[in-house]
Amino acid sequence: MNLFTDAFAWLFSPERFEGAYALPTLFAQHLYFTALSVIIAALIGVPLGWLIGHTGRGREFAVAVAGAARALPSFGLLILLVLVMGVLRTPEAAVVTFVLLAIPSILAGAYTGFEAIDRRTIDAARATGMTEWQILWKVEVPLGLPLLIGGLRAAVLQVVATVTIAAYVNLGGLGWPIIQGIPLRRFDQVLGGAILVALLALVLDLLFAAAQRAAVPHGLRAARSERDPASRNSSGQNSTDQKPAAEAALSK
Amino acid sequence: MNWVVDNLALIGELSVVHLRQSLIAVVIGFVLSLPLGWVAWRYRLLRGWVIVATGLLYTIPSLALLVIVPAVLGYSAISEFNLIVGLTIYAIAILVRGVADGLDSVDPGVRQAASAMGFGGTRRFWTVDLPLAGPVILAGVRVAVVSTISLATVGALIGVTNLGYLFTNGHQRRITAEVLAGVVAVVVIALIIDLLLVWVGRRLMPWSRATSSKVKRARRRASIAVPAGGAA
Repeated sequence: MNLFTDAFAWLFSPERFEGAYALPTLFAQHLYFTALSVIIAALIGVPLGWLIGHTGRGREFAVAVAGAARALPSFGLLILLVLVMGVLRTPEAAVVTFVLLAIPSILAGAYTGFEAIDRRTIDAARATGMTEWQILWKVEVPLGLPLLIGGLRAAVLQVVATVTIAAYVNLGGLGWPIIQGIPLRRFDQVLGGAILVALLALVLDLLFAAAQRAAVPHGLRAARSERDPASRNSSGQNSTDQKPAAEAALSK
Repeated sequence: MNWVVDNLALIGELSVVHLRQSLIAVVIGFVLSLPLGWVAWRYRLLRGWVIVATGLLYTIPSLALLVIVPAVLGYSAISEFNLIVGLTIYAIAILVRGVADGLDSVDPGVRQAASAMGFGGTRRFWTVDLPLAGPVILAGVRVAVVSTISLATVGALIGVTNLGYLFTNGHQRRITAEVLAGVVAVVVIALIIDLLLVWVGRRLMPWSRATSSKVKRARRRASIAVPAGGAA
C-alpha cells in the first residue's frame, strides 16, 4: 500500500468538507491563531526592537531573550499555560504561548535591522539636520525593513508549527488530523494533515521571502548583492558598498 | 512540588534519554554539515541551493516533518529513530549556515599566507580554515544544541519517551508541577550543555577571544540569527 496515495485519497474525500472538523474550518482556525498571535507579538516586539536598535541600549537584553526563547520548549510552555490558566481558557492560553514564542524573533528582526545599518548613514542623516524622529522613520525604518520582515517570517513559521502542536490541547487547526490520528494509527489522515501543514508553512515562507525582497529600498538593491554575507570577499569593501545605502536614505 | 520530589528518579531517567537523543542528532548533524557547509562556501553556485534546500526543510513544522520524512523513506513514524532523524535534519539546517559563515569569516590574507607557506588544500582546511572558523561555527553549534534539546520534546507526540512525556502525562493527569518540572529540566539541560560548549570552546580555541570585529559580528549574527524556521 502506498501511504501517499492513501493520504491524498483522505484529503480529497468529500467527507473532508463536512462536520466540525472540516478541512476549511481547520485551515481557517490555523490561520486565525497564527495571524492574531503574530500581530499581537509585533505590536510588542517591533517598538521594543526599534527602541533597542535606535538607542543601542539593551542589546544584551535582545540577545538574551533570543537565547532563552530557544531553550524554552514550546510544547511544554503551551501545556503549562493551559493548566495554569485553566482548561476552559485554552484558546487564551494558546494565544499567550504563541505570542511569547513569536516576540523574540520579531524583536531580533527589528533590532538587527537597525544594527545592520552603517553608522555613517545615520551620522550623515543627523548631520543634514534630521531630527531623531526623522532619522527613525526616514532612515532606520526603511533600511531595517527587510530584516524586520525576516523576523516576522521566522515568527510566523514558528507559530504555524506551534499551532500544529496545539491541536493536542483541542485548539483545532490543521494539526488535529495528525494528533488525533497517531494513537489510532490512521496514517492516511496523519500524513494528509502533515502535507497540508507543510504546504501552509512553505507558502507563507515564500510570501514573506517575496515581501522581504520587495522591502529592500531601490537605492540599496545594487549594493545588496555585494554586501550580502553570501558574497565571500566582503572584507575591506564595506566603505565602498555602503555608500549607495547612505545616498538612498538621504534621497528620500 | 511534592510531585517533583517523589519523581526525581523518573525526571533523571527521562533527562538521560532526552540528552542522548538530542546529542546523537547534533553530532550526526555536525558531521554531515561540515562537508555540506564547505561545499556551500567553496562553490558559490551551489551555496544558494544548499542554503535554500536546508532552509526549506527547516520551514516545515516539526510535527509534519516527523510524519512526512518516514513516509517518504519508508520506516515507522512512531519510533525513536524517526525523532533522531528529524532532529538531525533541523540541526543540519542550522549548522550548514554556521559552517559556511564561519569559513567566510576567515581572513583571506591568512588563507593566502598559508598557501604561500606551502599548505596544500586539505591540510590548509584542517589546520587553518577550520580552526579559525571555529568560533563562528561554535556559535552555530550552540544554537543547534539548545534548539534541538527543546525541540526533542515534540517526540512525546509521536510516542517517543523523553522529557516531553512529562508534558503529555502532566496534561492528562492535570499535574501542573509535572509539566513545570519538564520545562525547567529542558531549560536547565540546554543551559548546562551551552555553558559546557562555551567552556570547551575557550579551552580548545584560545584565539576566539582575540578576534576581529568582523568575526565578532559574524558570531553575534550566528547567535541571534533568526533562521526562518518552523521548528517548534
